[in-house]
Parts: sequence; C-alpha cells; structure tokens
Amino acid sequence: MLESIEKNMSNKTLITGKKAENAIKESLFLFTLYICVTIAILTLMTLIYDVLSTGTTRLTSDYEVGLITKIQIDNPVDFLTTLDSRYPDRAGIGPAFAGTVWLMIIVVSVTFPFGTGAAIYLQEFAPKNRLTRFIELNLTNLAGVPSVIYGLLGLAVFVRLAGFGRSILSGGLTLTLLILPVVIVASREALKAVPDTIRQGALALGATKFQAVFRQVVPSAIPGMVTGMVLGLSRAIGETAPLIFMGALTYVNYFPDTPLSGFTAIPIQVYNWIGYPQAEWKETASAGIILLLGLLLIMNSLAIFIRNRYEKDL
Amino acid sequence: MDTKETVKVNSESVFSVKDLSVSYGDFVAIKNVNMDITKNKITAFIGPSGCGKSTLIRTFNRMNDLILGAKVNGTITYQGVDLYDKMVDPVQVRRRIGMVFQKPNPFPKTIKENITFGLKVNNMTDNMDERVEKALTQAALWDEVKDDLNKNALELSGGQQQRLCIARTIAVEPDTILMDEPCSALDPVATKKIEDLMQELVKEFSILIVTHNMQQASRSSDYCAFFTTKTSDDGKRRTGELVEFNETSVMFTTPEQELTEQYISGRFG
Repeated sequence: MLESIEKNMSNKTLITGKKAENAIKESLFLFTLYICVTIAILTLMTLIYDVLSTGTTRLTSDYEVGLITKIQIDNPVDFLTTLDSRYPDRAGIGPAFAGTVWLMIIVVSVTFPFGTGAAIYLQEFAPKNRLTRFIELNLTNLAGVPSVIYGLLGLAVFVRLAGFGRSILSGGLTLTLLILPVVIVASREALKAVPDTIRQGALALGATKFQAVFRQVVPSAIPGMVTGMVLGLSRAIGETAPLIFMGALTYVNYFPDTPLSGFTAIPIQVYNWIGYPQAEWKETASAGIILLLGLLLIMNSLAIFIRNRYEKDL
Repeated sequence: MDTKETVKVNSESVFSVKDLSVSYGDFVAIKNVNMDITKNKITAFIGPSGCGKSTLIRTFNRMNDLILGAKVNGTITYQGVDLYDKMVDPVQVRRRIGMVFQKPNPFPKTIKENITFGLKVNNMTDNMDERVEKALTQAALWDEVKDDLNKNALELSGGQQQRLCIARTIAVEPDTILMDEPCSALDPVATKKIEDLMQELVKEFSILIVTHNMQQASRSSDYCAFFTTKTSDDGKRRTGELVEFNETSVMFTTPEQELTEQYISGRFG
C-alpha cells in the first residue's frame, strides 16, 4: 500500500507543467535565431538586388541615355575591354580590370612563398622563446591594422624609398603587406590542426624533421593554407584605401603593360564613377560592382573546390 | 601461444639500461631504472597511470628528444652503443628502433603510400611493391587489403589501421619494435589479432610493449617490468620507479615484491 503511494508520487514528479513551459521557451529562442538569420540575409539580398537591377542595364544591349544616342557598348565583354570615358555609357572598366589582374598576380606570387614559408617556420621549426612569442603576438595584431596604414607604408617604402613609383608593383607589394599577416595566421592554424601523431609517426619511421614536415604535415595542411590564401586575396581585391593612398590613378586611359605602369583597380574605378553627379554613372558603377562580386564569387568557389578535392584525397 | 615455444632461446641483451632517470624541467617522471632487455623476446612494461612507463619507452628510440625540456640522465646502450652519445644520430636510432603508438596514426594517404613513405625516407626504393607486400603480409593485413592498396588508410577499421602502422614500421626493417599501449584503442577481437601478430614478429624482432592490460602482459610477454609511483617525503612529487623486473611466468605466479603481488591481484592501481 505504502509502496504504491510512493510509486504514484514519484510518477507524479514526471508530469509537471514544465514541459509546455520549456517548449515555449525553446520555440521563442528558435524564433529569435530565425529573425537574426533573416535580417542578415535580407540585407545582403537587398544590396545585391539593388546593384544587379541598376547595373545590368549597363551590361545588356538596348541601352540609350539622354537625348544624344551614342555608340553602344552592348555586352559584358565590351564593358570589360573598353577604356574609361567621359561619357557614362561609353565608359568601360578595361584598364581597372587589367590593373586588378596585374595586382593579383603580384600579390599571389609574393604572398604565397613568403606567407607559407613564414607560417611553416614559425609553426614547425622556430624555437619556442620570447622572441617567437613576440613575433606571434605582433602578427595577430598586424592582421587587424587598418588598411590605410599599409597605404602610408607602401607610399613611404615602395613608392619613395625603393623608387618603384606609383606603379602596379608598388600597389601589389602594398596589398601583399596588407594580407601577409592574415595569410600567415591562417596557414599556421592549418598546420596546427595537423595532429601531432602524424609528425611522431613520420619521425618514428626514421624521417628527418624536414621530411616529416614537408612530406606529411604540409600536404595535410594544404587545404587550409589555400583557403587562407584565397580569403586574403578576396580582401586584397576589394581594398581601395591603401591603393588611393599610395597613389593609384583614378582616370586611366590605357592598358598597363609592365609592372611599373601607372594603374587603377576595380574598386577605385567604381569609387570614382560613384562620385560623379550624373545619374547614369550610377549604372556604370553598379556594373563595376557586379564584376567585383563576380570575381569574389569565382575566387571563393575556387577555394571551396580545392579544399573539397584535397579533403577527398585525405 | 604455442608459437612461444618455437622461439629459439637467446639470452643476448639488446638494450642495457643503467641508472636511468627522465625529467621534464623540475619534474622527475621516472628514476633509478636498471634493466637488460633480451633480444627476440617480448618485454612488457606494466604499472598504474603516471608511473612513467610511456616516458621510459620513448627514451629507447629518442622520441623524448622532441618534447621540450625533457632530459635523460644515466645510460641506455643499444647493442653496445650509448644511445645518448653525442655522435649518435637520433634519426638513425628511430630507423633501427621502430615505434607503434597508442592511437593508430596512419598518414591520411593511401595504404600503399603509408608503407612507401618510410621506404622513401630511408632510401629503400628498390623493389617497392615487393617490400609493401612483404610488410603487409608480415603484419597479417595483406589478405584484407591487397585488392585496394590505393584506398585511403583512414577508411580502414581501427584494428586494421594499427596493423598498417605495424606494417609500415617493419617495412623499414628495424631490429626492435616499441609498442606504446598498441591495443588500448581497440576492441577485444582486434586486440587478439595484434597479440597473435606479436608472437609472429618476435621471431624476427625484439619487442617492448607498454600495456595497461594485465592479462595482455601475462598472455603475451616473456619478461615483465612492473613500475609504480612513489610520492616524495613532502607529498608533493610523484616519481615513477621500477619495482620488479622478471620473467613473466615468475612475476605472475611468485612475485618477489609485495607491491607487485598487490598490483597484479588487482588490489591497487
């Protein structure tokens, strides 16, 4: 008798009003999360819709402006290959596009060896002492320095001191400085993520430290390193301030042909176009933004593709 | 078990340890170790956690060199050569004295590449395919993987991965294999396979194994060393020490030390 009462009482504690209460709390919390996600996505979508709806008129045919009919630039290819112009409907992004491509080539070819080299040294070989800790701390800080500062540095070191002038080379090297800390930190994280058991396994087989690092650890870290590299490049491709500071041009009516040519880049060109009062320039600028977004999308897809490919091999 | 009888009696010692102690900074992990390890036998290190047996086994192939602040005092001679002599190249030591780790750690590459890596770094690139087959056969893995040598090693089961790690270790033709709790991450079936494998391998190699598993030590080893931790007088420091080192059959039936008896009968540890 007594037992059955106890049993009932303990069963009763299982049925409380808490269940419904918890369910409400949880759904409220979930709802808040949905709102957050929706706001973030909606903002982005609005931005993209605005740019696309304005810019695509500039990238398709049947474009006429004002009272005077001018030579039409009919398609995206023309937009990419035409020089800048005084007239919004004739202005192409050719020199800026070429300038950005030049910049990327310089940034990649300098950042990749120096960035990965520094990361491999710091993570795998450097003695753990005060100096390396100091360097590590500063790298992390450098990654957060405003990009304008790098523009000043580029102006002082590459343009003036090294005598490269206001050239593509100076611009590329300035952007390299800007993303080098980001790339080093990302590459180090990738190396750090390789389990220590891999290093030990290689060394236990009679591999030297060098063989263990370059034949086992680095190949395992490549997906992460490439991702860091591409993210750094994505940052560099959209930077305007440091380039303006170190003296990129705003109106370029030729295609740069050597690394020492004067240049402009897509974001600078867009910034420049936006500044004009006539409404038509807004369309041209939007077309430039679409190009920039497209480039970023391609680069990030490439990073994802490379990462997936290597991970499949793992 | 019956394979044990076929091992030819050979009392030649392969390692000779004298007054060995290992410390990390101020912390002494293990001290006063004196022992001779017999060639072509299985020697097991047993003892409670923190008694320094893993630390000790890592001094035999100089893996402790990789740990910051690790310091080895005393001597270990390997076939008459002082392993910690200034002239000794630790890379060559590790090539001659292979090691299998607690958690299977195959490289994230194909089965074949796992074996060929060791061959390549040791310039054993002649007859690679034969060497791969021989190593996998010796590690009792060949029949299971011969049709997909280009499969990623991480797709193998835990027991297969550990046998692959043994295969890549023996592929570089060491004299001795160190095993640091090789079965602790495996189920009983996979453990049995590794234990059987050890009985085959000991015909060719000297084997040192650290184990937590008392049954494993009693089943598979020829010699057994029992370690325990001793707390310092002020109660602050715990240091590992060798309590007893004897033939396994003797240690598990008539141990000399009371501590040993208590440990193997499960009364402490």
